[in-house]
Amino acid sequence: MKSVLIALCAVTLLMGGCSRKSKQPAPLQSTATGTAIVESSGGKQIGYIGMLLDQLVVVQVNDASGNGVAGAAVYFSGPSGVGFAPASALTDSSGQVTSTVTLGQQAGRYKLIASTRDASGKTIALTIEEIALGHQQTVGAQLNVQYCVRCHDPESTPERVSNMDNLSVKPHPFAEGDTLNKMTDADLVAIISHGGPALNKSPEMPPWGYTLSKSDIAALVSYIRAVADPPYEAGGLVYAQK
Amino acid sequence: MWNKLQALWRFFFGDSARAFGSASVILLVLLASAPAKNHFSEWRHYQKQYLRFIRGRADAVTLERHFQGGIQQIWIPEQQVTDRCTTCHLGLKEASLADVNSVAFRKHPVIPHSLTEFGCTTCHRGQGAATTVQEAHSATEQWEQALLPAKYIEAGCGQCHLENQTGTPFLNQGRQLISRYGCTHCHTITQADGTVIIPDDDPPSLKHIADKTTRAWIYAWIKDPQAYASTATMPNYQFSDDDARDISAFIVAQSTSLEPPLQPLKADVKETADAAAGTTLYGQSFCASCHAMQNAAGMMVGGNVGPELTGIGTKAKPEWLQDWVANPNHYDPGTMMPHYRFDARQVVTLTGFLESKTEPDFVANVHLEPATPQQIEHGKRLVLENGCASCHEINGIKKPENFAPELSRIGSKPLNQLIFVEGVEHSLPGYVSAKVRNPRGFGPSLKMPQFKFTPQQIDEVTTALLALTDRAQSQPPTMRIASVQQTKYQPAGNAGQLMRDLRCFTCHMINGHGGDMAPDLTWEGTAVQREWLTQFLKNPGTLRPALIRRMPKFNLTDAEINTLTDYMMTVYQTPEFNRDSLPATQFTPAQVEQGRQLFYSKFACQSCHIADYKTDKGYIGPALAATGKRFNPAWVYHWLKEPQALRPGTIEPNQHMTDDEARSLTAFLMSLKSGGAKEAMKK
Repeated sequence: MKSVLIALCAVTLLMGGCSRKSKQPAPLQSTATGTAIVESSGGKQIGYIGMLLDQLVVVQVNDASGNGVAGAAVYFSGPSGVGFAPASALTDSSGQVTSTVTLGQQAGRYKLIASTRDASGKTIALTIEEIALGHQQTVGAQLNVQYCVRCHDPESTPERVSNMDNLSVKPHPFAEGDTLNKMTDADLVAIISHGGPALNKSPEMPPWGYTLSKSDIAALVSYIRAVADPPYEAGGLVYAQK
Repeated sequence: MWNKLQALWRFFFGDSARAFGSASVILLVLLASAPAKNHFSEWRHYQKQYLRFIRGRADAVTLERHFQGGIQQIWIPEQQVTDRCTTCHLGLKEASLADVNSVAFRKHPVIPHSLTEFGCTTCHRGQGAATTVQEAHSATEQWEQALLPAKYIEAGCGQCHLENQTGTPFLNQGRQLISRYGCTHCHTITQADGTVIIPDDDPPSLKHIADKTTRAWIYAWIKDPQAYASTATMPNYQFSDDDARDISAFIVAQSTSLEPPLQPLKADVKETADAAAGTTLYGQSFCASCHAMQNAAGMMVGGNVGPELTGIGTKAKPEWLQDWVANPNHYDPGTMMPHYRFDARQVVTLTGFLESKTEPDFVANVHLEPATPQQIEHGKRLVLENGCASCHEINGIKKPENFAPELSRIGSKPLNQLIFVEGVEHSLPGYVSAKVRNPRGFGPSLKMPQFKFTPQQIDEVTTALLALTDRAQSQPPTMRIASVQQTKYQPAGNAGQLMRDLRCFTCHMINGHGGDMAPDLTWEGTAVQREWLTQFLKNPGTLRPALIRRMPKFNLTDAEINTLTDYMMTVYQTPEFNRDSLPATQFTPAQVEQGRQLFYSKFACQSCHIADYKTDKGYIGPALAATGKRFNPAWVYHWLKEPQALRPGTIEPNQHMTDDEARSLTAFLMSLKSGGAKEAMKK
């Protein structure tokens, strides 16, 4: 009786082990190792829940002198719901690995990990942060493009010329967490609704309270909080691997 | 062993008393298992977990008071909602649980609807009545409807919201792509409000195609449209070389000559045309507002209303191009392209310029023998089989009806009616997105062609398709927010004729009909002064310094301009107020001065507008330096009071001015009478 039980347990364990193993990709055979892993591009993107990020995430494995190492294995991982394609790869001739990222199903900040091993087998990891916008922040993002960016975004393109340089008092870009994080939600709502003079600031910021609805303004505030850099502590979720 | 069993049997069921006792005990155990099963059910586990979770929090008392044990249900019979999701998702309405990491106990993110009014499955799908996680979230054999993945969640909104909404960019974009890529030429989509999605890709008629281009070009184009123009919306049918040869043979054979026929080339345009003059004329005519062209740096510059022109010299025959530039109505009376009134010299210049934009590689390797009758016959069969006439007008071929399956309820298609293939996720979103991504992956004999979508565009189209559900169709009509439909407005008389010839409606909206590239002109007659309008039509200047797309110069005659201005000044007026109700003569110098103060200090209008080119730099809004020559004071006054009332959606903020402030500001703006357009050009 006992032996049957033990055999059963063993089979179950084995099956469990096998099924888990088959889900993992075959381990990569790295031909080289580096001493550091750095982000080349693709961090701090603003995306939408469950969607692909616009830009690829590119990381680079460097040797001690800061040159790219070809053939080092890089593994991507993230909180549940985040997808990588590919999830692991060997660095190319310039020492880089490129992956497309799909964000998780909840709004918030996502901490993604890119890791590699050094010569001694120790794991070196790099954290890359991405932002996923939920419904309210998406409304804010849309309103931002329609009404705000023309003055609040210093970036100028032929399709959308920035007006920032024409203003005597320069507006804060919405990602400017250093300044905007110090303002309360009520302050932000007041300045958007009643314009600059409401907080003793420049009249070049017009009052939007007669043009935008209250929920529109709340959506703008939630968007400003979502994209703040450094992050706004009071609100928003940070998703990281446990 | 056998003896032991017999003894056991005798012990429990030996005589009637023992048997009765044992049977009673068994019955009792069976009866007890029913409540036990309930007691150990999954949802109770979640409720216990929730109680443990809130116990440690500072607001435990409030949360415990809100907590209700047992199965919870939102029941809205008229919307067919019976949702027990709130049995486990206990924190959905708790503001203090907004930042909790556990999805099950978090507050619902802010949305414009309340849970009690709409339920959960209306947007998220899934099985509302189920009480286990597996059955509620996933598609099982008995319950088909799985939860909608977050990236398609806007499909939930799209069931009732048929209009464009700020909060649903992906849905809006998906619907636009369905129109833009002409999906509904083959697939009928009738929305819940009874409207049909109309394609807006305007595929060209092929009745006289041999006048326009060569068989070699047609061959290369149907092999791979995107190789000619990366922005082309025509999909790739993955025809073999022989099929492309036969289709091109048939199409050219069916083509008839234009009536009256194309004129021979006026001169050898390539030699006489002055390249610099061509570039200037192309720029002055603002061709780039609608047409894209790759510049020397390889960047695509220009709009997407008309086709890309990077390789137009390879595509179009010079005689055709000359005829088209002179008057596009001759070749295609239904085109969106305006009839520019170019003189003979300009026609040669522009034709020569466009002929020089070639992509010789595109047809370099095409060598076609003259077509045989068998090839033409085979080409005809292919054209019929592939439904080419669903989009294109072809002589001798009737437009097929319902060429492809109707998609009006694709978002509720039962999975057992779909055929899945290897590598396609077994779910409705998985099926739809795979079909959009790679239609021929479902079988090489399928007719649906390969569209060139980015991964994000595939998600957007899938979102728009998933919104077409049974629920959307069966919803009470009061739940629906209808889409904005174009009206059939047409201006009458000579002016109407002229406006159609100039294709004003390609860019301008009037009375709900037309494009959105340029300002709505419904009330233009109230807004502007006649003299200004005349000058503007004669020589359109820059009104908005920050915009690339501008009104082109159509080279109108004085008589034509008179017809247009008379009509616009008389007909395009608002019923809300009288154009002459606030004469500029009544303004005092004191009012003008007060208005100046308001302009520069209180309202800081110079942030976005230019009143004086020497000092002001704002270029978000139109330049106002010539307001006194351009606008009517009554319009300016009402605009300042409430801009959105005159033009819904304008980004000019409503400053909530008093009547006095608006009057003074109007006085100041009406005192600005500098050259305006010309000075802006100089800057």
